[in-house]
Amino acid sequence: MKVSVHYFAGLRDRAGCNSEEMDLAEGTSLTALYAQCCARHGIDFPRERLRVALDDAFVSWDHGLHDGAQVAFLPPVSGG
Amino acid sequence: MRSFAISEVAIDPARLRQALHLPQCGALVCFEGWVRDNHMGKAVQALDYQAYRELALSEGERIMREAGERFEIVGAMAVHRVGALALGDLAVWIGVSAGHRDAAFSACRWVIDEIKARVPIWKREHYSDGISEWLHP
Repeated sequence: MKVSVHYFAGLRDRAGCNSEEMDLAEGTSLTALYAQCCARHGIDFPRERLRVALDDAFVSWDHGLHDGAQVAFLPPVSGG
Repeated sequence: MRSFAISEVAIDPARLRQALHLPQCGALVCFEGWVRDNHMGKAVQALDYQAYRELALSEGERIMREAGERFEIVGAMAVHRVGALALGDLAVWIGVSAGHRDAAFSACRWVIDEIKARVPIWKREHYSDGISEWLHP
């Protein structure tokens, strides 16, 4: 399945792109996807500090992925 | 009235305030967040804000809706800037109108705290030593 991964703020700088498409084996979890992204870009931000969004909504890390999913890994926010 | 918006251009408080000026209201409390020239002892020269726009809007709207359920208020509006901001620029504006001041003060304080904690917007500070960094508290 193909998914799009979106990066913001510090993670975007580290990834060097706003988003990218990734080809995943069926059944790949969000945590496994984040690990792949970390390995690919040398990201060392601990997963425990991130929130994750799927198709523009917050989800828990054990939420499943589907073909065409839009995934975003969100570092701690600093608006306001 | 409840609304949360993200703006690429300067926020106009006078226009926003007008929309909250409702006949049943005896109080309006506004909060303005400005770009400050220092952070943790470092001199700040400018800021960038970046948003995950779709999710920031839906989470912001959720906060405004929750404010209406928690407090006896009439109107609530919030606008957050994104893009490059200079020192002194208005970064976030919140206005809450209510029949009485207690609810307006409480709701306005609650809304800014929730926005800072929940809305996916990030700040990058540019320091006078040439370094810049995203804040991930």
